[in-house]
Amino acid sequence: MSLLSNTAVLLGKELRTEFRSRELLTTTFIFILTIIVLFSFTFDPTSDESRRFAPGLFWLAFLFASSLMLQSCFLREQPNDTLSALRLSVSDPFSIFLAKLAANALFLLLTELLLLPFFTVMYNVPVLPVLHWLALVFFLASLGISIAGTALSAISAQARMRELLLPLLMLPLLTPILVASAEATKALLDRAPYVPWAGMGFLTVFDVVFLTAIWLFGEYLLEE
Amino acid sequence: MGKRALAGAVVVFLMGAAAYASFYIAPEEKTMHVLQRIFYFHAATAWAGMTALFIGFVANLLYVWRREGKWDALGVACAEVGLACFTVVLITGPIWAKPAWGIYWTWDARLTSTFILWLLYVSYLLLRTLIEEPDRRALLSALFGIFAFIDVPIVFGAIRWWRTQHPAPVIMGGPGSGLDPTMSKVFFFSVFALHCLVVFLINERYRLEKLRAKFEIVRREAEAI
Amino acid sequence: MTPPAFAPIGLRFEDIDKRYGGIYALRRVSLTIGPGECVVFAGRNGSGKTTFLRIAAQLVRPSAGKLSFSCASPNEETPAIRAGFVAHATMVYDELTAEENLLLFSRLQGTPKPENRVAALLEEVGLSERRASLVRTFSRGMRQRVAIARALLHEPAVILMDEPATGLDPQGVSWLAETLRRLRDSGRTILMSLHGESEIASLGTRAIRLDGGSVVADTRTGATFRSILTFADV
Repeated sequence: MSLLSNTAVLLGKELRTEFRSRELLTTTFIFILTIIVLFSFTFDPTSDESRRFAPGLFWLAFLFASSLMLQSCFLREQPNDTLSALRLSVSDPFSIFLAKLAANALFLLLTELLLLPFFTVMYNVPVLPVLHWLALVFFLASLGISIAGTALSAISAQARMRELLLPLLMLPLLTPILVASAEATKALLDRAPYVPWAGMGFLTVFDVVFLTAIWLFGEYLLEE
Repeated sequence: MGKRALAGAVVVFLMGAAAYASFYIAPEEKTMHVLQRIFYFHAATAWAGMTALFIGFVANLLYVWRREGKWDALGVACAEVGLACFTVVLITGPIWAKPAWGIYWTWDARLTSTFILWLLYVSYLLLRTLIEEPDRRALLSALFGIFAFIDVPIVFGAIRWWRTQHPAPVIMGGPGSGLDPTMSKVFFFSVFALHCLVVFLINERYRLEKLRAKFEIVRREAEAI
Repeated sequence: MTPPAFAPIGLRFEDIDKRYGGIYALRRVSLTIGPGECVVFAGRNGSGKTTFLRIAAQLVRPSAGKLSFSCASPNEETPAIRAGFVAHATMVYDELTAEENLLLFSRLQGTPKPENRVAALLEEVGLSERRASLVRTFSRGMRQRVAIARALLHEPAVILMDEPATGLDPQGVSWLAETLRRLRDSGRTILMSLHGESEIASLGTRAIRLDGGSVVADTRTGATFRSILTFADV
């Protein structure tokens, strides 16, 4: 009970600080937009080619962007040692993780949805008929990226070379997310679209496994 | 010291015997001929490496639970030995693949997922070099080790699901796969020999790490004075 | 503001060790601090004061030894203690306003009617007028006031302050001394680290000096008390 209310309060704080400056959202959005434009040079972006390559590239762009975006979520707490204040105040440290990963998942999802129109117009793939399934895939994948990424950014925030370290820890660990979400997106953008149960299944398994891992081990990541 | 030297001698003998068995006792395979003999090392090393990583995972869990330096030392020993095994796997793989498939590398499911596994443990060792304070290094790398290990089956599952244009595993690869009885005897003997080697190496590396930790404390104390 | 009824809490440190990579920050510290004592910790930089207070706050887990809390009335169960902690860092968010910060932490602590509590506390620390300003825009002294307000939000029975006068101007120090006096007289247990003699140090009922992670002096009497703070005996 207090876990949920603490999480809600902390999530409110994360959202409030972000929407006050919108720094993270704006930079991530522009970053991915840049990559999406640059990708167009790496292959011939006709409709058929796009269907084959774009989903993978799209998710790769998200993974890279999120490995940059997630840097700050624990780093922000360091200058004033606010993480200690949170640890002293909450009844279960898991709520700190839950709030952060929920906020990160929301930010990621928001950026993805904002980028979707650009993506569909520039790469000439119709998304409207499968939008609801696509949204579900985006949701599951963003959640997975945030769950594992938030835990890893708690690790990298305490190490040297953290800007390079987080992608190195994150990208191999998130391979299943990349493979599953790219395949699921490809299935939905196919000329004969089909519901990617396998892809969504893998994403769900990843989410559940890593959420459980953080629930079990998260508090040790915050130890001093 | 005597015990360890004896253990080393036994391991050397077992490895020699396994090499002899795979070259002279195992029958020649019909299509790949002598080439197939690398299999006894390639696959057995992968099995032994997996065992090392599993022991490392248990050590990581024990460290988080008990916070005793020895579990940290065992964790890093297993990760390094496991990584060495998978490096061997990734090198012997292409050596076998080139004559067999005509190419060194193919983005096949098992190759790719082994490579990802290798990268995960490289990251683990890299992480250790980037945290100064020993207790924090031990705790955070143990946690990353746990995350990495539970990620392995998901990586293998996901990649296998979508990238399967490979030959099915020969051993335990479902019905229809199977080895000639002598081949399988030789194979399991080399699995045994490599496990002995891995255990021996882990033990040596574990002792070294404990010495290193002791030295580190002395060095820091000296610096403090 | 009338303090609510609460049970004064004592702290008991048994053979506390804290090692950072094999180096002792604290070595076999055993201390019993009675309910309602006001203890001043003195010691050079690196003597272990901060580590000690962070262990008392249960932010740092000792490498060995045990910390326990006790109630004045022995038959009462000691609940999970949430100490009020003022550290070197302010422990508040620069990008939130003073009021938002305090509301955030009091909601996390599950305070009933957090708005009332926060308004009263802002008044008490003299920041009512700047309640809606971002902490980023505050001076060092004002930040310290917010930090102190945050520590006192849940009216803790145990108060831990690591050099609480940092950044405060003379009026601020007087205000802090006055606040601490009121807290001490209401029966709260206070542990603070200080440098030298001051208005705040004179509130102490016991002085302890740490050196190299161990307790080297511990007194309740006036003359020695002074010399412990000023290092006159060393």
